[in-house]
Amino acid sequence: MIRVVLPAHLRTLARVDGEVRLEVAGEVTQRSLLDALEMRYPMLLGTMRDRVTQQRRAYVRFFACEQDLSHERPDAPLPSAVADGGEPFLVVGAMAGG
Amino acid sequence: MSRVRVLVGTRKGAFVLESDGKRQEWKIDGPHFAGWEIYHLKGSPVDPNRIYASQTSSWFGQIVQRSDDGGQSWETVGNGFVYDGTPGTHQWYDGTPHPWEFARVWHFEPSLSDPDTVYAGVEDAALFRSTDGGRSWEELSSLREHPSASSWQPGAGGMCLHTIVIDPSDYNRIFTAISAAGAFRSDDAGKTWRPINRGLKSNSIPQQEAEVGHCVHRIAMHPKHPNVLYMQKHWDVMRSVDAGESWQEVSGNLPTDFGFAIDVHAHEPQTIYVVPIKSDSEHFPLDGRLRVYRSRTGGNEWEELANGLPERNCYVNVLRDAMAVDRLDSCGIYFGTTGGQVYVSPDSGESWSAIVRDLPAVLSVEVQTLP
Repeated sequence: MIRVVLPAHLRTLARVDGEVRLEVAGEVTQRSLLDALEMRYPMLLGTMRDRVTQQRRAYVRFFACEQDLSHERPDAPLPSAVADGGEPFLVVGAMAGG
Repeated sequence: MSRVRVLVGTRKGAFVLESDGKRQEWKIDGPHFAGWEIYHLKGSPVDPNRIYASQTSSWFGQIVQRSDDGGQSWETVGNGFVYDGTPGTHQWYDGTPHPWEFARVWHFEPSLSDPDTVYAGVEDAALFRSTDGGRSWEELSSLREHPSASSWQPGAGGMCLHTIVIDPSDYNRIFTAISAAGAFRSDDAGKTWRPINRGLKSNSIPQQEAEVGHCVHRIAMHPKHPNVLYMQKHWDVMRSVDAGESWQEVSGNLPTDFGFAIDVHAHEPQTIYVVPIKSDSEHFPLDGRLRVYRSRTGGNEWEELANGLPERNCYVNVLRDAMAVDRLDSCGIYFGTTGGQVYVSPDSGESWSAIVRDLPAVLSVEVQTLP
């Protein structure tokens, strides 16, 4: 079971408290994780990545295992600690603005 | 007794203000969608409990919310604003070509006949329509595909389609306005469009009377006189008596004719309201005195309305979608400021009071008159 931590605004939008736990079929990558997340919470479509290009939105970051994975390829495998549920995948609103 | 519901979009959420017909005591509900920019909310004239809201954020993009109970609860609907085909380029601020990129919905205009049909004016400028209550969206792409579109440039707020006016006598006739391209009209429900900017003069473009390129801030119409349009342009207040075929300046004795908002009295089609703003580089009232100006003659002759408005040290702005009127017998006029005040005049502008003073910066104000 994959663990995902959403920022407050997206938790409110998805109407969830705390971590989200997801089943991800096949290899666990940014793309497969986000696909599964959006499938379960369709109101999150377009909030983390562009609906057309699928590129990460500029002010959204992806962290896990104390690493910034935002610039990793979407199909690169995520760390095994994320894949086995030991560590959460963090969706973070970038520090920008005031 | 009739009542009113005021829908307020702000930089940090939406607020719903309700009162009875006296408009003296107000119930204030919100913030809804706290922390998000709410560019606009508007209710369906067919079903006033159906309200559409544009919820947006630089971080998380565009969300569309819909209420079916007058704003008490909300449902996230569709945000698939995808330009039709390959959208091409418009001009960037520096004059270079810039690809069309969706940023946000500036304005929702619900259909006058069907609560499930709603138009959305977006940045970068385009018009979308939903016929399923906001779940899915299709672009009425011939507007963006107009031959002049590659020359359109953004205004300071972005290249936004911010005004949509539907002719109540002919639903196929739709007026839109884009900053900074100008006004456009369709006579076939959005299938084809043409610019309607003859008579506009803008000294910030190389050809001052060009067919397109004007920074139109807002267009207003009285529903019983659909051929008469009023416009607050970047500078200049304008009037057309032929559905936009030509425009005449009606700034008259206004102390400054820069501004954003303009609206028409509910029962007097020639009575119009603006909030003069000092200039394009100083977006606040002249001399720190917040004033609404009213013309009872469709422009040219204006009177200052000051009773109850700040007399000094007021340096707020009133944005283009932040003025509205109700339809009660004694017409109420409403506007919101970037300082977070929402003012009401229950007597057509004779006297004003603040419904609320300390909201986040107000982006939009709409009023529903309810039984």
